[in-house]
Amino acid sequence: MNLTQLTAVEIGKKIKTKEIGVVEATEAYISRIEKLDKDYNCFVTVDKEGALKQAEEVQKLIDAGKLTSPLAGVPVAIKDNMCIDGMLTTCSSKILNNFVPTYTATAVEKLQSAGAVIIGKTNMDEFAMGSTTETSYYGETKNPWDVTRVPGGSSGGSAAAVAAEEVPYALGSDTGGSIRQPASFCGVTGIKPTYGRVSRYGLIAYGSSLDQIGPLAKDVTDCAAILEEISSHDKKDSTSAERSDNDFTSALKDDVKGMKIGIPRDYFLKGIDSEVKDKVLAAAKTLEEKGAIVEEFDLNMVEYAIPAYYIIASAEASSNLERFDGVKYGYRTETFTDLHNMYKKTRSEGFGAEVKRRIMLGSFVLSSGYYDAYYVKALKAKALIKQEFDKAFEKYDVILGPVAPTTALKLGESLSDPIKMYLGDIYTVSVNLAGIPGISLPCGYDKNGLPVGLQLLGQTFDEKKIIRAAYAFECTKSYRRPDALTERGL
Amino acid sequence: MVITDETIEYVGILAKLELSGEEKEQAKKDMTNMLEYVGKLNELDTDGVEAMSHAFPISNVFREDEVTNGDDRENLLKNAPDKKDGCYRVPKTFD
Amino acid sequence: MSKVYETVIGLEVHVELATKTKIFCGCSTEFGGAPNTHTCPVCTGMPGSLPVLNKAVVEKAVAVGLATNCNITRNCKFDRKNYFYPDNPQNYQISQLYYPICRDGYVEIEVEGKKKKVRIHEIHMEEDAGKLVHEERSDSSLVDFNRSGVPLIEIVSEPDMRSAEEVIAYLDKLRLIIQYLGASDCKLNEGSMRADVNLSVREVGSEEFGTRTETKNLNSFKAIARAIENERERQIDLLESGEKVVQETRRWDDNKEYSYPMRSKEDAQDYRYFPDPDLVPVIISEEWIEKIKNSQPELRDEKIIRYKEEYDIPEYDIMIITASKKMADIFEEAISLGAAPKKVSNWLMGETMRLMKETDTEADNLKFSAENLAKLIKLIEDKAINGTVAKEVFEKVFAEDINPEKYVDDNGLRTVNDEGALRETIQKIIDANPKSVEDIRNGKQKAIGFLVGQTMKEMKGKADPSEVNRIIKEILG
Repeated sequence: MNLTQLTAVEIGKKIKTKEIGVVEATEAYISRIEKLDKDYNCFVTVDKEGALKQAEEVQKLIDAGKLTSPLAGVPVAIKDNMCIDGMLTTCSSKILNNFVPTYTATAVEKLQSAGAVIIGKTNMDEFAMGSTTETSYYGETKNPWDVTRVPGGSSGGSAAAVAAEEVPYALGSDTGGSIRQPASFCGVTGIKPTYGRVSRYGLIAYGSSLDQIGPLAKDVTDCAAILEEISSHDKKDSTSAERSDNDFTSALKDDVKGMKIGIPRDYFLKGIDSEVKDKVLAAAKTLEEKGAIVEEFDLNMVEYAIPAYYIIASAEASSNLERFDGVKYGYRTETFTDLHNMYKKTRSEGFGAEVKRRIMLGSFVLSSGYYDAYYVKALKAKALIKQEFDKAFEKYDVILGPVAPTTALKLGESLSDPIKMYLGDIYTVSVNLAGIPGISLPCGYDKNGLPVGLQLLGQTFDEKKIIRAAYAFECTKSYRRPDALTERGL
Repeated sequence: MVITDETIEYVGILAKLELSGEEKEQAKKDMTNMLEYVGKLNELDTDGVEAMSHAFPISNVFREDEVTNGDDRENLLKNAPDKKDGCYRVPKTFD
Repeated sequence: MSKVYETVIGLEVHVELATKTKIFCGCSTEFGGAPNTHTCPVCTGMPGSLPVLNKAVVEKAVAVGLATNCNITRNCKFDRKNYFYPDNPQNYQISQLYYPICRDGYVEIEVEGKKKKVRIHEIHMEEDAGKLVHEERSDSSLVDFNRSGVPLIEIVSEPDMRSAEEVIAYLDKLRLIIQYLGASDCKLNEGSMRADVNLSVREVGSEEFGTRTETKNLNSFKAIARAIENERERQIDLLESGEKVVQETRRWDDNKEYSYPMRSKEDAQDYRYFPDPDLVPVIISEEWIEKIKNSQPELRDEKIIRYKEEYDIPEYDIMIITASKKMADIFEEAISLGAAPKKVSNWLMGETMRLMKETDTEADNLKFSAENLAKLIKLIEDKAINGTVAKEVFEKVFAEDINPEKYVDDNGLRTVNDEGALRETIQKIIDANPKSVEDIRNGKQKAIGFLVGQTMKEMKGKADPSEVNRIIKEILG
């Protein structure tokens, strides 16, 4: 078996037993990137030199017995909205085309101190606004399963890089489904943790009350191990939670006997592709056969999640993105007549269409006379959505459903109609509004051979339950191997 | 509600965005559609519901009043598009 | 002018809190560093950076709220105020709109013997902006973020004041309360206390408020008084000529003594406040409030009562000394170093006040230490120097806070206590002034003064004049 076909934890083991060297592993991935990424465009930045240097240093530390993490020596890619000291960080935007942070995101720092080798920064929808990775200033990322299709987004580069085995795992961020949906489109596994589980320090904000960093990897075991590494209570992030249950690998048990799983009836009523529906319900059946108690229930408020989400996320984004003004960092327009002209030209030239669309909407809903009607109303809807989940979790350990209504869409298909694109987020955004954790993992293929994603949701800080259910499913029916790639000789 | 040219102009001032004629037309259309769509929330009875900023209760997160940062000017100014004498340089301000 | 107008004034007072670090990051708040040397990713608005609240800011804000009779908001929150300006690194200021930390307080002021309550609408916490320096002969400005993120409280009064005198009495009251709490040094000229004046006029007897304007950039009590007078007249002139007052923000230019509107087309004044999702609510418990109350230092009113009981000094002196925390501190410290209260009070009320007036120095800006004042008093008590020399030395203490002992020695100012030498000089003076001796013998006692003066002159002031007087009388029998 090829080294790059291994999972992150498998590579970590082989590095520990000296079957593989860290430099060797790093080189293997870099050469794969060099071979494939011109077709997929998963990366904005590949730091070959830096990665090889890190690899040597990490190898020394491992040899000296100073690094014991299961991920020590394993290469990783980071979504380009997380700051890394000394490495270009663009958010896939022109406005940050030259921004080199002098500090590192806490989640990345956690990986670095565990001995991860950072290979580069992955492509994304500009400022994480989008679900196709087509809004990137640095070109769209293509789905390795079918290059005429999108990888999903906004963490499309991270998901596609894992699917293409250009890297064993990657970090993504999820504001309304940005980890789970690309994981689903690319046939990989991703976790959006409970809000507060992973520090947001150094993550360039989109919707601050919704953003959360999480792993994208080949399987549930990797995701659990990565999440265990990056979860922390960070004094630099006021919204970071102090938890003593970050030992997620302890939940990797192939046992769902007696676990209560609820399936929201509303998720399957309209707009969902029938193949996706069948695969997801089949997955529920599998878990039931393994001893879980599965039943359907009514989860109200589903249709209000997208409106509430777009108001809240756009409002926060309009404020978060005010700092990009050509004064302190990033792009500044060439010519201008005065201060405000400089601001306007810099921002109009620096931001892409989707970002401008959301900034305009967000500024409007916060403006005088509309704040209560839109923003406060959305925060109240958010409270009601959270209540619905709370009610559901009184009865169920885990909620099971699809990640997205369809499999990967054709490139360009959703850009023309924003609302249509937003509707694709129907199963994911409510999770961010409620702050709860969700995992996305492959549960089959459609007739085009594209992966279908299964989503499992848990109550606040109940990551272990969804990890256990996902692991049990994966133990029975694993869809993690990118067979399509192997068949194509890649 | 229908978004007018004036509203687009006004929001452009707030958001510091200068849209081309074509972009303005598109923005008008997009925003009108979007507001109509999110208007769905008006169906909800939210009387007595408290607006929720954070999804889980967390409060009183503080730092102690101790100086932890030194002079990092050189580093921070590295990214400045225009600088002079240890300052960020900008087009003349009004006052 | 046939109509009689009344001025209605409300104040927004910004006070920089005396914390060691900024409100949301661990950068120093110290004044005077080179530009941008007290900055970090948080206070320069770097992407991905996050604010974490300084606990001391909350405690100081609560202390001010308690001392101004406010209700403390048990569950207070921070909001973002969005506007673009280069001194505002995130292009939003973290402030409080919906749930400010204190509400509904008041302070009592006294103007021309009349007491009055000025109500406080709210006090909220927020971050200060950076500093803009305009480059001469260029079309650019330079931004320094050292002040960006320095903690402020904004104290918003109700429109309860009717004259510049009331405004100044109110500001003075706030300044004293806050200084005594140790929450800020409240220096108007250095910007650690800033007042924006909301002013409208209406006909006397009218119940309704007129349209108000907000005037900014007022850096001294004098500027405030002038700006109030100016704005009052401007508004009355407008109304008298049938025009309307426009609700706007104006900037005062104290050199030219006029104000002008600050608003531009690009400034919509629509701040799009919303709760800052990066910060969590501050819940202030009864226990916490009690703790803050108990650790509160002695305030002015309490000090006045104690001084009356402990020290035998006139009430007038007590009022002057306690009118500045700085002076009260010098007073108490000098006493604790052994100086007699009466003596300390005399030096503060006499020479200190004289020199303050002469050099146009405010009490808050006094430079000398209690230690050096106490030393000076000790030198006099020990008769090491006489009163005239002491005044000369004090001028040095006042200006440069020199050590008086060292100064006296270095300049050979110690009184000559060698009676033999003194007698010798006196004899010389007597011999040289037979006319005066004659006058004294004829009962013209005033002539003694002349001889004493001559002796002091000869001794270069280093003698105790009462001693000189005694010896002359003795010699002339």
